[in-house]
Amino acid sequence: MCPEPACMRAAGICAVSSDFARPSTNAAKAYLFRTMQARDLLHPRPEGLYCPPGDFFIDPVRPVDRALITHGHSDHARAGHRHVLATQQTLEIMALRYGEDFAHSSQAGSLGETIDVNGVRVSFHPAGHVLGSAQIAVEHGGIRIVASGDYKRAPDPTCADFELVPCDVFITEATFGLPVFRHPRPRDEIGRLLKSVSQFPERAHLVGAYALGKAQRVIRLIRDCGYDHPIYIHGALARLCDYYDTQGIDLGPLEPATVERSAKRDFSGAIVVGPPSAFADRWARRFPDPVTAFASGWMRIRQRVKQRGVELPLILSDHSDWDELTRTITETGAREVWVTHGREEALVRWCELQGVTARPLHLVGYEDEAE
Amino acid sequence: MKCFAELLDRLLLTPSRNAKLKLMADHFREVSDPDRGLALAALTGNLSFASVKPALLRALIAERMDPVLFAYSYDYVGDLAETISLVWPGADAAGDEDISLSEAVERLHGASRSDAPAVLANLLDQLQPDSRFAIIKLVTGGLRVGVSARLAKQALADLGSVDVHEIEEIWHGLEPPYNDLFAWLDGKANKPEHGSLALFRPVMLSNPVQDGDLERIDPADYVAEWKWDGIRVQAVCEGDLRRLYSRTGDEISGAFPDLLEALDFSGALDGELLVGHPPDHTGSFSDLQQRLNRKSVSAKTMRDYPAFMRCYDLLLDGGEDTRSLPFSDRRARLEAFVGGLDPTRFDLSPIVAFTDWQELDQLRSEPPHPVIEGIMLKRRDAPYVPGRPKGPWFKWKRDPHIIDAVLMYAQRGHGKRSSFYSDYTFGVWTGPETQPELVPVGKAYFGFTDEELRQIDKYVRDNTIDRFGPVRSVRAERDHGLVLEVAFEGLNRSTRHKSGVAMRFPRISRLRWDKPPAEADRLETLAAMLDG
Repeated sequence: MCPEPACMRAAGICAVSSDFARPSTNAAKAYLFRTMQARDLLHPRPEGLYCPPGDFFIDPVRPVDRALITHGHSDHARAGHRHVLATQQTLEIMALRYGEDFAHSSQAGSLGETIDVNGVRVSFHPAGHVLGSAQIAVEHGGIRIVASGDYKRAPDPTCADFELVPCDVFITEATFGLPVFRHPRPRDEIGRLLKSVSQFPERAHLVGAYALGKAQRVIRLIRDCGYDHPIYIHGALARLCDYYDTQGIDLGPLEPATVERSAKRDFSGAIVVGPPSAFADRWARRFPDPVTAFASGWMRIRQRVKQRGVELPLILSDHSDWDELTRTITETGAREVWVTHGREEALVRWCELQGVTARPLHLVGYEDEAE
Repeated sequence: MKCFAELLDRLLLTPSRNAKLKLMADHFREVSDPDRGLALAALTGNLSFASVKPALLRALIAERMDPVLFAYSYDYVGDLAETISLVWPGADAAGDEDISLSEAVERLHGASRSDAPAVLANLLDQLQPDSRFAIIKLVTGGLRVGVSARLAKQALADLGSVDVHEIEEIWHGLEPPYNDLFAWLDGKANKPEHGSLALFRPVMLSNPVQDGDLERIDPADYVAEWKWDGIRVQAVCEGDLRRLYSRTGDEISGAFPDLLEALDFSGALDGELLVGHPPDHTGSFSDLQQRLNRKSVSAKTMRDYPAFMRCYDLLLDGGEDTRSLPFSDRRARLEAFVGGLDPTRFDLSPIVAFTDWQELDQLRSEPPHPVIEGIMLKRRDAPYVPGRPKGPWFKWKRDPHIIDAVLMYAQRGHGKRSSFYSDYTFGVWTGPETQPELVPVGKAYFGFTDEELRQIDKYVRDNTIDRFGPVRSVRAERDHGLVLEVAFEGLNRSTRHKSGVAMRFPRISRLRWDKPPAEADRLETLAAMLDG
């Protein structure tokens, strides 16, 4: 007997079931029954994670009729869906990035409030990833699945702290799902940046940081360390920084890092924040003898740092490190863990060692933390 | 430990020499004794431990972690020391307590062979990942942060606003953790004087002959010698001590036991280390390379490539410091001195007779041996002065070799050049004339002006055909490509490069926008230039 439900066969999905053996004991039968129930509630399709009873997708990578969005990063939040349900801040960020007409219609979900979507109970809970980011809890037929989206447990002054939601099945990201990823304390990283600024006052410090979330967090952390000079930002960051300001996140004095040809200003001693790609570009030539810094969890690995030609790596991530991932899995009490985008195999192995059922979801279309 | 680990990481990733000097000088200024002295010892290779082998590290981690998770981790990171520093359990407590470098060194030095693994593990338990990495690098004996002992000494000189020669001169009489040295540099004590024997004497260097230099000086005031392309060394014997130093004051005695054995005199000689059987047979630079960058050397290598010293100068004659004497007097003493030494290990650098610059220029362009890279000019009345004083000594190098090559790959630079494709791999044609293909023969990242850099950068961006991380592959076809005129000093055989040749000191001498790539040189042209 093929253990696939009819709807999955109809959708042409069968690869996900290949790692399940036929049930041979009663315990295995009971387990398979629960698993099938969970997989009836959410399972991968080429468009993204699909909920058949609620007829919606979570973070679909292609345009769909009804999408629930965890957060505003472009690989999770795409334009062109018919109906979007997300937190108010995520909706506003999508409107900033894609224009007001990013979807045919949209609905804001308040944090903690339960919304009925075709009989499925859905709720949003802070994920601590970036402003507006939320985990999505999906509950139906006595099963609760939490899709984490991207999340971190470390405190972040630019977004709400992660909220732990007990669940039966936890869908975790695995961007930094290897035991080597252990993020140091953010203030130590910013401390190294500020020390370098004082050591090399004649040079400009270029801090590469993803435009949504990381950039604002870096700026806010710099302020928390007492640096009150203007910080110069690349044009790609301006609207999002303004938006953070309207949400009550004070980033201090920001100035454009663009200059008129005629009035070349001196960037000696300045901190300049911009998307990492800009610093390899001709744009960066206006800065005197720049120190290239890059704020990312990938900066943990020296070879990555060297490959990118980064002189001052800042190990600062909006994703959970290994310790946060494993701690969260334990704390949710989930009896089953589905692992998506990242280094799934190590986290699946860890779950096996803990006696927690785990499998990779093999969702397509999500990037590593932006580089 | 944190400060030291941070210094190592910054040095590793900082390309600029000046920035490295600043990082080291600041560290020496901010960190107190004895930690800064131990950091200095680590950077200059004067801090050693009973060495820890990779197998021991693997065993330690195997006791602490699932082997499958470790395998995933090691596979991803690629470096054993770094992987272990990251996956080592604990430390997410991220406490503020720290173990000082001196305490770590003390514990490691105090450990017996049998309890060394436990002592190391205990240290790793108490440290953060970057500090663990530093410790593992220390005990496995390879910091590799791109800092020479010479650069560290320059940072000390910057710290104390003294001349680096003053530090080089006393260096070999000092011991870690160098408290007396730092006290002097801080202005709190006098310069350490140890009365140690066989110390290094900072060497005298020359300036290149530039336009107009020769018109201003009289040939009669100068003596000419060949400029030998070996390694400049200083051999010192005082009392029972025999030492061989590089020109930057690093002790290299260990790599040349054959020569060291022949240091049977009382004095200090300045000369060129070469291999072969003097005076008639001098080995090629490739031969010499068999003896370079080795910590120890086999009997066979010593037999095949015996080291000898071609002597230039005498700095200490018996107990007498001769450096203030005029060159002509020192030369006379040198000739007498070398006459008493083992002729298989020492010979005299011959004087090149000439009457005018034109004659010398002729000699320069046709030197009698491939290991000669030009002419040295030394003023007869000049004393031996450390450093590079302008006037008494000139080097007049043979013109470089030139080839036309085709740009194949370009890599983004660092620091000021991080937005420029500034490192160029170039190739020459090989294979049948009708169907030639390019084979890379070298890489160069200087020799061009800033304006030329901008032009090449634009060319690279406009003609990219593929990207590999920071490297771009550039169109290089018979009728479309950029020809670079490349100057270089010499050519060695190389088994590591597909082309079989390796250039010495290659640089871009001209951009040949005018030249069709098909007319660039062929590999056969280079093969014909190979030494011996």
